[in-house]
Amino acid sequence: MPKGGPGKGMGNVIYVQPEKCTGCRTCELTCSFMHTGEFDPTRSRIAVVGFEKTGFFFPAVCQQCDPAPCMEVCPVGAISRSEATGAMEVNHEVCIRCKMCMIACPFGATFYDAKDNQIIKCDLCGGDPECVKNCGSKALTFSKSSPAVSLKRRAAAAKIKEVLEEVR
Amino acid sequence: MYGWMGKVLRVDLTAGTVRLEEIDEELLHGYIGARGLGTKIFCDEVDPKVDPLSEENKIIFMTGPLTGTLASSAGRYNVVTKGVLNGTIAASNSGGSFGPELKYAGYDGVIIEGKAKEPVYLWINDDKVELRSASHIWGTDVVTTTDTIKAETDEEAKVACIGPAGENLVKFACIMNEYNRAAGRSGVGAVMGSKNLKAIAVRGTGGIKVADREGFKAAVLDARKKLKEHPVTSSGLPSYGTNVLINILNEHGGLPVKNFSEAAVFPNAEKISGEYQAEKYLVRNKGCFGCSIACGRVTRIKEGKFRSLGEGPEYEATWAFGSNLGIDNFEAISKANFLCNELGLDPITMGGTLACAVEMVQKGIIPRDKINLDWGDGEMLVEMVRKTAYREGFGDELAEGSYRLAESYGHPEFSMTVKKQELPAYDPRGQQGIGLEYATSNRGGCHVRGYMTSPEVLGVPVKVDPDTVEGKPELLKTFQDLTALLDSSGICLFVTFALGLPELAEQLRTATGFNISDEEYLKAGERIWNLERLFNLKAGFSAKDDTLPERLLKEPMKDGPHKGNVVKLDVMLPLYYKVRGWDENGVPTEEKLKELDLA
Repeated sequence: MPKGGPGKGMGNVIYVQPEKCTGCRTCELTCSFMHTGEFDPTRSRIAVVGFEKTGFFFPAVCQQCDPAPCMEVCPVGAISRSEATGAMEVNHEVCIRCKMCMIACPFGATFYDAKDNQIIKCDLCGGDPECVKNCGSKALTFSKSSPAVSLKRRAAAAKIKEVLEEVR
Repeated sequence: MYGWMGKVLRVDLTAGTVRLEEIDEELLHGYIGARGLGTKIFCDEVDPKVDPLSEENKIIFMTGPLTGTLASSAGRYNVVTKGVLNGTIAASNSGGSFGPELKYAGYDGVIIEGKAKEPVYLWINDDKVELRSASHIWGTDVVTTTDTIKAETDEEAKVACIGPAGENLVKFACIMNEYNRAAGRSGVGAVMGSKNLKAIAVRGTGGIKVADREGFKAAVLDARKKLKEHPVTSSGLPSYGTNVLINILNEHGGLPVKNFSEAAVFPNAEKISGEYQAEKYLVRNKGCFGCSIACGRVTRIKEGKFRSLGEGPEYEATWAFGSNLGIDNFEAISKANFLCNELGLDPITMGGTLACAVEMVQKGIIPRDKINLDWGDGEMLVEMVRKTAYREGFGDELAEGSYRLAESYGHPEFSMTVKKQELPAYDPRGQQGIGLEYATSNRGGCHVRGYMTSPEVLGVPVKVDPDTVEGKPELLKTFQDLTALLDSSGICLFVTFALGLPELAEQLRTATGFNISDEEYLKAGERIWNLERLFNLKAGFSAKDDTLPERLLKEPMKDGPHKGNVVKLDVMLPLYYKVRGWDENGVPTEEKLKELDLA
């Protein structure tokens, strides 16, 4: 059950704004600690891809696609959508570790935890993702629509508004 | 084990062997980690009189118990060795992800000894560790070296390496990790160069456990909340990086100009400020591992002769290449800083040495037909940085640092150094406390061994009068001990704007399970400070070295808010020795050593 009660946050997704990401990887630390009790980025369900030289970072995390390629490709039906949170969840009892879901994921945001021998991916922490709360630069948001897209849309609209007001 | 990994690698470059060793728990408790633990191991194993460039010197890379955990800004590691620039104990601190990666590989640190016959690099891939030939990358810069090693090992590997400056034994060569983060001071890069060790690459896939999960989580979230609430760590540093200090220090009248020869007010400070950088050149902010402050800057100069992209410039580099050389061209400053990153040079000492050279040329001490240097020349700056790294022409003299340079022309007084290490970006005539800090720093001229600018200029945690000497020795001792503890824990100094001893000690207790009081943790910091002091005394330093360049003691500040001031070191130093429990010669008393378990 999600912390905020049934249905709260349903349909929300962790949206990523890479241009805000500072590459600090606090999300990886938070995720691995919340799920394994240890600080171990290789067992995090979010992974920051870094281009260290030029300082560009992209946090790869499940976008809870619909239809979800991971679910579609799973030969044993181990992946399903949580009714409470909308998160794609892995049933470890059914999963055969064939890793087809990892291949199918367009973002590389489905992971294999070698220590526990299981497929792991973002489960939205039951509807209140901890990584989002700890993201200092606000590169991660938990919302129904992407703030990056609405910001871009707004910036583009502002430009058009400026031009139109000039010619009017 | 919690917090700590309890293990170190010992690499004998002469024999070409690698050994795994366990660390005695008593050492961890007494010296915490990183700077403290590295120094303890170093002092136990190395003769303080050793030549820093000889095979007998060692170089230790050490993390702290909080490194790689969720504790905010806990991405640090320290490089401990006998410094090449001045022969003091060197603990050079760097961020990024190298330290955390080393812990995920299963080690608190790496002890390097001996000297390889041919250039090598160390490849740590979890428990598989090997020395590999580096002949093919010897001579290449930090970017090529890092790119090549990542391609040969693992794209996810973190690489700490030297550039041409380290290979050429430039006395202020640094060690660069992940291209842009530096263990910057004391010439630690030249020690690597002298050992034919080009780089250490590490990939770790393990985890770090903490003793009290719930307690640690609570302590970390409390600390992160305070960092989010404090104006310096939530707004000042994130918005403008460390360069936020340019305007602040200039208004304070403490931004040194032209080798400290003029009033510490730079007329064109605005043009080299963090605000100017953000408006015109900033690409994005960048954070070290686990840091919520993210003071790093990615900066791009889009066009012109200084066209470049890199990380920085930070406050220190901007000052050293800016007002200290009379340069107000931010593009030239940036380009010179990026070159330092690529070639592996410490910009503070580079700028200080060049400023010393320019002043001696202006005064006719260095003949113009030998080298023609003037204030305010950005092109000359960029050229000299490159020449220094390769020891080309006059660069060969610059590569020795300002003290040896000025002394070779018979005028050591123009070297703005303490214990032969160049002073950083705060004129102590505008801040009495930082004057005492410089004079007593265990690695010579340095601002991160107690950061008195925080209370004296920024008013954090309390505002103190920068022009008075009262209470400064006591305050400095506390700051020095706390910083020694902090550096040993694996956290960044910048958290201290918002956090104090209670927050640090609580994170250490819950991470390691070593449940001593706040005061006992601070005592560990004092123990580390005194251990460093003992090393320096045995290395041949004495009270007479706890001083400042004559200019700062005798030439009154020419103008600005602190006009007429000199540093009243003669008043503060004896009091400081007393507060420290040292005798009048600056030697720790038997009583003090017993109290600190150092006897």
